[in-house]
Amino acid sequence: MTWSEMRPLLEQACWDTLYMVGWSTLIAVVGGLPLGVLLVLTDRGGLLRNVLANKVIGQIVNVARSMPFIILMVALMGFTRTITGTTIGREAAIVPLAVGAIPFFARLVETAVREVDHGLVEAVQAMGGNTWTVVRRVLVPESLPSLISSATTTVVALIGYSAMAGTVGAGGLGDIAIRYGYQRFETGLMWITVAILAVVISVIQLAGDLAARGLHRRGGGSGGAPGLRLLKARSRATAPTAPVEATEEAAAADVGKAA
Amino acid sequence: MPAHSTVTETPVITTSGLTKVYRSRGREVTALDGVDLHVREGEVYGVIGQSGAGKSSLIRCVNLLERPTAGTVTVAGQDLTALAGRGPRAGRELRRARSRIGMVFQHFNLLSTRTVQDNVELPLEILGTSGAERSRKALELLDLVGLSDKAKAYPAQLSGGQKQRVGIARALAGDPKVLLSDEATSALDPETTRSVLQLLRDLNRQLGLTVLLITHEMDVVKSICDSAALMANGRITESGTVSELLATPGSELAAALFPVGGDASGDDRTVIDVTFQGDAATRPVISQLSRTYNIDISILGAAMDTVGGRQVGRMRIELPGRYEENVVPVGFLREQGLRIDVVGERQLVKDGAE
Repeated sequence: MTWSEMRPLLEQACWDTLYMVGWSTLIAVVGGLPLGVLLVLTDRGGLLRNVLANKVIGQIVNVARSMPFIILMVALMGFTRTITGTTIGREAAIVPLAVGAIPFFARLVETAVREVDHGLVEAVQAMGGNTWTVVRRVLVPESLPSLISSATTTVVALIGYSAMAGTVGAGGLGDIAIRYGYQRFETGLMWITVAILAVVISVIQLAGDLAARGLHRRGGGSGGAPGLRLLKARSRATAPTAPVEATEEAAAADVGKAA
Repeated sequence: MPAHSTVTETPVITTSGLTKVYRSRGREVTALDGVDLHVREGEVYGVIGQSGAGKSSLIRCVNLLERPTAGTVTVAGQDLTALAGRGPRAGRELRRARSRIGMVFQHFNLLSTRTVQDNVELPLEILGTSGAERSRKALELLDLVGLSDKAKAYPAQLSGGQKQRVGIARALAGDPKVLLSDEATSALDPETTRSVLQLLRDLNRQLGLTVLLITHEMDVVKSICDSAALMANGRITESGTVSELLATPGSELAAALFPVGGDASGDDRTVIDVTFQGDAATRPVISQLSRTYNIDISILGAAMDTVGGRQVGRMRIELPGRYEENVVPVGFLREQGLRIDVVGERQLVKDGAE
């Protein structure tokens, strides 16, 4: 196979993968985020504690996660048809991809949200905030860096799943690698696809890590204008830090008294 | 600056028969056992006790972050326990009542993803205040706690004392009449603790804010409290204004506020603790005692300090002879309006009975 033959194939496959993974990630985030938050809220000690609901949601998530993707795809065919009107093609692949990714993402969300310090929840409750305020102002924003990492992991997992979507004629990079590369012994094409996948995944992972770290840094220390702050921190580190802080504290006390 | 007290006789926080029992896996732990607390308007009230005494449960029950098993909580004339409802969720009435009670925490509990100003604005967002009004109020409060230059900083960039100041500013955003302080200075160093306590004291004086604080540090009670209660095993064992406590014979809290050491140098000696308050602190009673009864007095330990804004002194002295021989001099001291605790008196009485 020559490059001119491969190129349109690869281009099409790239778009297919992007299309499927993009939509299914979006649906997974929209569906998995509330589900994950709900898993935390309904748990023992949560704001909406409800053991039965927690067990039911947890069990559904477990069953959905334990299903091999290819089986899930077949099992969901009826459902897919009622939604998209077809069981083959890119649109049809999005349904099982999203359904498979929702519980996956939900579990990751659960872990991330559980990490949020309960003291913050208590503080907002003490201000008179309701459950929705706690979710919107505390749980989600405070776990955002972890949530972004979770979304990145989900995207990477979905790219893996999407290779199997070829079985329903959805195309994509994984499908090219299997059908052309493996089944027709087009080793060259196979390696190119694998390389593209490797690059794509690296880029996504890098972007996700950078986004998460950027958010984390804002909360964890020297955010804002990085260069400037670094300089400032250095100049202050060279000066005797403790007296500076002490005088600040004393000055603050004075202001408090004067006010 | 007006240094006078703002205390009135109006009760602001009242708990009666407050009981909290934690159940887990069939075991029951009683954290609060019928606590009656009366905090008057405008005072700084300290609840002190060791960890596990139930202080934390008590303060969490006041704004119902923790549901009491029995008993009632009344804050500013409103029975909060009646607003609680059945489930774990707080109804709208209770939430509105909570928004009028400020709370500061040991570990500050600031949102790390929000700037200092946005943290202070949070209670106002919950109250539904408009954006311009929110930032005006937040900046005003930051100015009040001495942090107007840190409005755009993130909590991670602040020192512990500064974080607690933000916590206090945030607690004041809803214009509360009552401030609950849950070990607010326990995570701070002594210097910072002093400045944060001073701030609380100033706010109490200027705004007429009633402060209920829990602590395990005697120094906190000593430096800012008008009244105090001692908690042990879920009960309040002693309570009252600091001067009342100091005037109460055998008060554990008074002894803890003013520790004086020293043991008797022999069997035939009487050791007594003398507590001076107000005018008595300035009169030369010990030398009068010595001259009047012609006895030699040794001082084993002594301390003078300001407690709740009043000059207070405590001294442990030793008189020659057993207690029976010293009844008259001790009576003389009592006549002078001093509080006298005879150290080891009970033991002597017991020995006499045998």
